[in-house]
Amino acid sequence: MDVHAEAFKEEAYELLTELETSLLELEERPDDSEVVGRVFRAMHTIKGSGAMFGFDAVSEFTHEVETAFDRVREGMIKVTPELISMTLQARDKILELLNNGGDGKDADARRIVTEFQRICCCGETTENVDPVAEDFGAALHAGMERRRTYRIRFKPVPSFFANGSNPLPLLNELREMGESTVIAHLDAIPMLADYVPDECYTFWDIILTTDQDENAIRDVFIFVEDQCELTIDIIHVDGELEDNEEYKRLGEILVERGDISTEALNEIIGHQPRLGEKLVASKAVDQSMIDAALLEQQHIAKIREKDVQKVKAVTSIKVDSLRLDNMVDLVGELVTVQARLTQKAENNQDPDLLLIAEEVERLTTELRDNTMSIRMLPIGSTFSKFRRLVRDLSRDLGKQIEMTTEGAETELDKTVIDQLNDPLVHIIRNSIDHGIEAPDVRLANGKPKEGVIRLAAHHSGAFVLIEISDNGAGLDPEKLRNKAVSKGLIAPDADLSVDECFALILEAGFSTAEKVTDVSGRGVGMDVVRRSIENLRGEIGITSKLGVGTTITLKLPLTLAIIDGLLVQISDDFFVIPLSMVEECVELSREEALLAKTRSMMSFRGELFSYISLRDSFAIPGDPPAIERVVLASVKGEKIGFGVDQVVGQHQTVIKTLSNVYRDVVGISGATILGDGSVALVLDVNQLVVETTHNG
Amino acid sequence: MAKNIITVDDSASVRQMVSFTLKGAGYEVMEACDGKDALAKLSAGSKADMVITDLNMPNMNGIELIKALRANPAYKFVPIVLLTTESQDSKKQEGKAAGATGWIVKPFKPDQLLSVIKKVLG
Repeated sequence: MDVHAEAFKEEAYELLTELETSLLELEERPDDSEVVGRVFRAMHTIKGSGAMFGFDAVSEFTHEVETAFDRVREGMIKVTPELISMTLQARDKILELLNNGGDGKDADARRIVTEFQRICCCGETTENVDPVAEDFGAALHAGMERRRTYRIRFKPVPSFFANGSNPLPLLNELREMGESTVIAHLDAIPMLADYVPDECYTFWDIILTTDQDENAIRDVFIFVEDQCELTIDIIHVDGELEDNEEYKRLGEILVERGDISTEALNEIIGHQPRLGEKLVASKAVDQSMIDAALLEQQHIAKIREKDVQKVKAVTSIKVDSLRLDNMVDLVGELVTVQARLTQKAENNQDPDLLLIAEEVERLTTELRDNTMSIRMLPIGSTFSKFRRLVRDLSRDLGKQIEMTTEGAETELDKTVIDQLNDPLVHIIRNSIDHGIEAPDVRLANGKPKEGVIRLAAHHSGAFVLIEISDNGAGLDPEKLRNKAVSKGLIAPDADLSVDECFALILEAGFSTAEKVTDVSGRGVGMDVVRRSIENLRGEIGITSKLGVGTTITLKLPLTLAIIDGLLVQISDDFFVIPLSMVEECVELSREEALLAKTRSMMSFRGELFSYISLRDSFAIPGDPPAIERVVLASVKGEKIGFGVDQVVGQHQTVIKTLSNVYRDVVGISGATILGDGSVALVLDVNQLVVETTHNG
Repeated sequence: MAKNIITVDDSASVRQMVSFTLKGAGYEVMEACDGKDALAKLSAGSKADMVITDLNMPNMNGIELIKALRANPAYKFVPIVLLTTESQDSKKQEGKAAGATGWIVKPFKPDQLLSVIKKVLG
């Protein structure tokens, strides 16, 4: 069972204990509305979180009890000893469901549910539909509805503007209904001399793919229906797709739209070059009509592609992730063996063997990439999990928050995604709790009362960037600074840049919440988030503007198991630096190296960089060579030089985790096996830098 | 900058409801109790990005207000939404002919009001 489910259970146990106390209190003081509120909230949380973490039976069962207490809260039914004892029984049942599972449909549970339904009905006759169930129902319905693609031609009359009508909001409204391609036809705009600025000369073709029906589209134009020509046709229905069937040809689209008659078209088709050019040349249709028709083809092609992907998704198979992990391990072994083979072939200078080694290398690389791609999952599923979190939390806190996502199709290694969940939950909770202000505060500050949390993911080289931004209060660098001083995290006279102030919230023992709330501040600080991200060999960045909002950026490697590394040597020891961090390699003479060591700084091309001698960091005995190599790596946007003896070259690095004994060694994130069977340690560059700076 | 909307209605409670909803959605709101009052407020220098007016009002009704506003170059293209009760389909047409951009049928819910504003104001 995953951590969340465990966390939920923990929380539920607490709530159930509290519930018991509250119920007993209520028995003594049946009219205490505060206690009723407490009971209701406990039920509400169990129900809401339960559904979120897969305890559907618990959630469903609790719903009935919650409904009853909602009625009590509204004064529709009275607290009776019977109600209390029923609720106590229900509480025990919830505990049982939590502990033992079960579907909550056994005789005992059914009896309790019926009892509660009876109690509710006595109080009131009209049935309140549960909003959650309603939401789910609507979502289910929408999902079942087939999406259709419409072709809409919206041609306003010239006097369209005279009523204060504006076509743009209408087009935007259509855009919000689904995927759309909008084409403006500008050919009717006359020369300046004949141009009447009050008149509308433009008309639009919109190709819209949506799950809503034609009436919903007509509703968009409800105010202007007598001020425009509006034609709506269905041109494609999702799922109705035959293999290899091509979408309509250009001519067919134009004829269907009534832009040209079949006769006129056939006449022109008689001669050759491309139909589009011919049509324009013959002045039968305008260029924009052709463009519009071509865009329609593209739009449909795109929709169909997705359609096909969906069909493909159905034919995919589920594989136990353990097997997948095994496969990755095996590929890792294979990469190691292949490295040995290549080395052996090179040492022996055997041309035949070299040929085979090269072949094996090519195949291994392909196999590696393929295996890795199997482990890649779109981050969208993780994103969508947070919708519920945002919805529930914002309700609990009385805030109005909308969540938007971007780049849900961005793929990341499954391991990374799994380990990303907790940090994201924490960051989002922080945004909701501390970032976004209460509606009245927002209004007072001239912001719309609805806050927005945006989750976005996109690729950037060998990394994926995940941004969590809110348009809330933002961070106050001064306040953060003062807090850090009062907590003894920094010296009172420390000179910190604004970014460094923001980074303070990532320090252990720092919490900006003035009081601890239920939502965030349960003792898990942002430092835990930072540690999890760094364990994934990622970075965390914060930008914020007071009163405008905060953006937290997580920079994560695409994959964890196999990376490209730069192999370096110090005396007889080998180390691997992740290649994605390496900027360049330079050389220092012994004098320069000595100077660099004493100053912990090196100068190169007239710039100064921090310098860390790996020989010193790992206390490796022996003399450095006459000319020292320095690997310049970018760490958190800053270039840092690492002094080594030799740069051996690029190395496909299969990362092996270290045993428990060595797990906590600072500066090392794993090990890898080289072609000759010896071991190289993989450097955790971030940690190394932090550690070295702390030790001065 | 927040858009400025004027609500014109002789019923204080309707004005209040409209005003409350709009402010909640981040708009600036002006109130006027009839057509005359609205014209006076609008010519006094404050500019509205949109007008929401009732039909039946003392002194100057909604249709007259729309006509007067459309005659003013500054309000020629400003969206004007008419509040009507549902039976008056002929009034809708009359309003449209006078230059109304759209209409809202009373009674209406805050969400409906906001969606209409989105439709005409963007």
